[in-house]
Amino acid sequence: MSLAIAGSRSRFSRPGWLSLPLAIGFLVILFWLLMTLFAPWVTIYDAMDMVGRRLQPPSWEHWLGTDSLGRDVLTRTLFGAWHSLPLAILVVFLAVTIGSLIGAISGFVGGLVGGALMRLVDITLSFPPMLLAMAVAASLGPGLGNAAIAMVLVWWPVYARLMRAQVLEIKEREHVEAAVAAGARPSRVLLRHIVPLSWMPILVSATMDLGQVVLLAASLSFIGLGAKPPTPEWGSMISDGATHFYQWWIAFGPGVAILTIVLGFNFIGDGLRDIWDPKSND
Amino acid sequence: MTEQAKDGPATTEELLSIRDLRVGFRKAGRTLDAVRGIDIEVRRGEVVGIVGESGSGKSVGMLAAIGLAARNATVSGSVRFKGEELIGQPARRMRRIRGAEIAMIFQDPLSSLNPVMTVGKQIAEAVLLHNPQMSKADAMKRAVALLALVAIPQPERRAAQYPHEFSGGMRQRAMIAMAVANDPDLLVADEPTTALDVTVQAQILEVLRSLRDRLGLGLILITHDLGVLAGYADRVAVVYCGKIVEQATVFDLFDNPHHPYTRGLMASIPMLEESRDVLFSIPGAPPPLGKFPEGCAFHPRCTYATERCRQEEPVRRSVNGRLVACHFAGELPAFEPNGASATVNESESL
Repeated sequence: MSLAIAGSRSRFSRPGWLSLPLAIGFLVILFWLLMTLFAPWVTIYDAMDMVGRRLQPPSWEHWLGTDSLGRDVLTRTLFGAWHSLPLAILVVFLAVTIGSLIGAISGFVGGLVGGALMRLVDITLSFPPMLLAMAVAASLGPGLGNAAIAMVLVWWPVYARLMRAQVLEIKEREHVEAAVAAGARPSRVLLRHIVPLSWMPILVSATMDLGQVVLLAASLSFIGLGAKPPTPEWGSMISDGATHFYQWWIAFGPGVAILTIVLGFNFIGDGLRDIWDPKSND
Repeated sequence: MTEQAKDGPATTEELLSIRDLRVGFRKAGRTLDAVRGIDIEVRRGEVVGIVGESGSGKSVGMLAAIGLAARNATVSGSVRFKGEELIGQPARRMRRIRGAEIAMIFQDPLSSLNPVMTVGKQIAEAVLLHNPQMSKADAMKRAVALLALVAIPQPERRAAQYPHEFSGGMRQRAMIAMAVANDPDLLVADEPTTALDVTVQAQILEVLRSLRDRLGLGLILITHDLGVLAGYADRVAVVYCGKIVEQATVFDLFDNPHHPYTRGLMASIPMLEESRDVLFSIPGAPPPLGKFPEGCAFHPRCTYATERCRQEEPVRRSVNGRLVACHFAGELPAFEPNGASATVNESESL
């Protein structure tokens, strides 16, 4: 493929798995990943400092205007990626690890243990995620770290259920029976012969959830349970924008950031699902 | 692993001895008996065929014997392997035995292989499971050697491939390679050729036979294909409704089947020399689990059935050098392979 790109345009062909939404999703997320890493180098202002007069509308000096303390909104928006993306990745990673571990054990062991674990999942899932996250975050105290803990607690049951369903299906396959007949220990059967076949739906779901976690983190910050004030976090920036309703640009930057990131992850997740299971499309 | 002397196929050392094996399944408060007392012996270097229809209990019984019964199953009786009682052994001990001393081959080689692991790795895993001290590189070398043993060309290249890159026959060879990875004493092949075409079937059976000769293992061949057994088994046990109705050497069985069920099976084999419009089939269908008839389980489908068959269960007894469970064993009219067809259809085209 890399050779084809180097040649004339007619020789360039799009690989079958690369759909347009997937490509857009990748580009958007790539942009925010680059911002996460390089925001200090591409911005000219300090995200924490007053760099202009307060509440200035967008201008050549401040493309997205300034907020109520005279900080550059564009700079803060780009810096915000550093507070949202790594957090989302960490939360989803922990939730996937804990959730799929518990789900896999529950599905594989079954019986009383599996049932008990699934009831725990049901209990957690019966709360609206936002309410549960708020309750946990509020009891732990504000701060992004506590918000992350709250979000992991809200999110792991989703993966536990998904993983359990996968394991229940795959453990009935013959190659699992063959592994047992070859004398493999149960833990080995689970880790080597069941789990490697079940991660694809988890991956799709996790990709989409990355966007959702960004949104939930912003929501917690919005109501004051996430990042503390000077931090350039999108949720708290929008909260600031909400108190200055007629200065629309304050909320515009972080709003667009959240929108594109959620959309980008959804596109990628959709694209991955099409690759993984082309039949689900018809 | 098993450093026992292997004196070749000629020895008559008893390897496996199953006595009165019973398997039942608890379902909705009652127990459904799938296997109702099976006795089988397997000696070293011997191929024992177990034949029966789907649901006759042949697979379930063998799986239960090596500790692979379903969770809701109750297993009783005695299974002695090299003098050691297997029924009631803890799972730990059974794991040691399975794969090392008793290996198993399944029906569908594609679904029996892990689709996301290379074939070489899977075989190496089977080796490592029972030789934990072996290095991964050595296990991989052994895997390649095993692939060569089951006559897979270019074993080095094949070892690095995934199951979907193998043809059906090669997959089954790979399964066999995995099964014999640790020089087992006993190999249980559960319908090893059912999913393959006829020419490949013959190759697979040839591989199994040469392994039997070379490694001196005992082989249990579970099948519903009498033709397979005719060519490859030494002794055959015919299973119906969870019981062995007839057990004999392959020659005796084919030469003169004594049990009406065995005769029915034989008569169902199409013959090359004759042309029939309608193939013979045993009337009726095997009863479902839990609805086995009183008396002789075969009586509703048996042309010779009498009042006695309906009430009294026949005891397995020795008749003409074989074991038969039929009240009239040895008293029935002589068996002619085509005789049964006379009652069905006689439209010779020539």
